Parts: sequence; structure tokens; C-alpha cells
Amino acid sequence: MLTGAILYFLIVVPGTGGEMCMSRAMKTIGEVTDFRPHAIARVIGRAMKIPWFWIGITMMATGFFALLGMLSVAKVSFVFPATAISYLFGTLGGKVFLGERVTPQRWFGVLLVCIGVILVALGKG
Amino acid sequence: MTSSQGLHFKTVVLIVIMVSIAPLGDVFLGKGMKQIGAMPGWAPSELFRFFFAAFTSSTIWIGIGLLLAFFVAYLVVLSWADYSYVYPASSISTLVVALLARFVLHETVRPLRWAGVAMICLGVFTVGRTQPRTTER
Repeated sequence: MLTGAILYFLIVVPGTGGEMCMSRAMKTIGEVTDFRPHAIARVIGRAMKIPWFWIGITMMATGFFALLGMLSVAKVSFVFPATAISYLFGTLGGKVFLGERVTPQRWFGVLLVCIGVILVALGKG
Repeated sequence: MTSSQGLHFKTVVLIVIMVSIAPLGDVFLGKGMKQIGAMPGWAPSELFRFFFAAFTSSTIWIGIGLLLAFFVAYLVVLSWADYSYVYPASSISTLVVALLARFVLHETVRPLRWAGVAMICLGVFTVGRTQPRTTER
């Protein structure tokens, strides 16, 4: 139980925070318009020179290892939906940390996602 | 196609690519971890054995490869789209995960869980109708 709770926290908080850092790194680079493989490789190379990228990688790796641990103790169709509460956390982060304009419609959509997440968790019962 | 429509279109295309690859990667990871068995405990030697077993499994490496491809698509879409758009929109993958769990892993997926997945789809549809980019460089 405690193991599950620790893993759950590690999946949600560093996992989401890491993705926000990635988003910040990619916004620094700017919109990708060339989708050829070598162009995308160059973009990734440029991203790797931005500190936010490595902060993001470290946090996401923490979340990923926690996910591996969680998958060994629970069903795959439960693990992913149950961790989706991080969508609320992520949207809040997008607004506060990344300065995105989260409209009421977007909040409503995220709320529906969260209700869905709770139903999925109850469905595991 | 206006630039706004174009932005919407390429955002949706990349999200579709993401949610097609990631759940498949997750299934491979899930299958691989089930083969290894439950995490024995938090002692360093136990953790080391556990992760060593994980990283010598070919099933897990296929999962990691698919998730890396997902990650590149994710980075590309984040170069223009809001995180608060892409992240909730990508939760549509729960539908793909439930379908894969039911029909590939043969797990039992109860009706309430399907209802949750349907609610998530509705939420994604609602988020999907907002502007993908609200910040200007």
C-alpha cells in the first residue's frame, strides 16, 4: 500500500514537472516546421543544449522508474488511467509555470478527464 | 487552410501519432514487467536485481523503443502547442490502453472503467476544440 502511494506520487509530481520543463525547452527553440528526420534530429540536438531539457529528463526519468515499479504490481489498464489525475496538476502547471491561457472550456475538458479518471479507478474497485 | 487551421491540423496529427505509439509501448513494458514479477522491496540489492532483470528483457526494450519514438513526437508538438492542450488531449490514449488491455492482454475491463474512458474521451474532445497555442513568442 505504502509502496503504491510512494510510486504514485513519484509518477505524478516529477513526471508532470519534467514534462513542463521539456515544454519550456521546446518553446525556447520555437515551432518545428521541417519534419524530415535529419531536421528533427537537429532540433533534438539543439534542445539538448538547453538546461530545462536536462532538468526535465531527470524528473521524467524519476517518474518513469516509478512507473516501471508500479506496472509490476498492478494491471496495465489500471495503472495508466489512475495516474491520469496528473492532468489537473499539469494544466495548472501550464498556466502558472508556462504562462498559457487556460480558458474555461479547457478547464472543463480537463475536469471531464479527471472525472473519467475517478470512474476508471472506481471501476477497478 | 488558414494558419490557425493548419496549426490545429498538425497538432492533431502528431497527437494521433503519439497516442498510437505510446500505449503499444506501455503494453510491451507491462508484459515485460509481468514476466519479471513483483518488485521484492526497497533494499539496494533487491532494487538492483529488479532493474537488472528489467533492462535485460527484450520485451522491455521494444517498449522503450516505442516510448522513445513517442517522446520525439511529443517534443516536436510541444515546440508550438500548449502543454495544457497537448497533455490532456493525449489522455485519449486511455481508450487505446483499455482496448489493448482487453483484447491483447486479455484483462477484464469492467463497465465502470469503460464509462470512465468514455468520459475521458469527452474531455479530450472539449479540450481539442480550444486553441492549441495561447502564448506568442
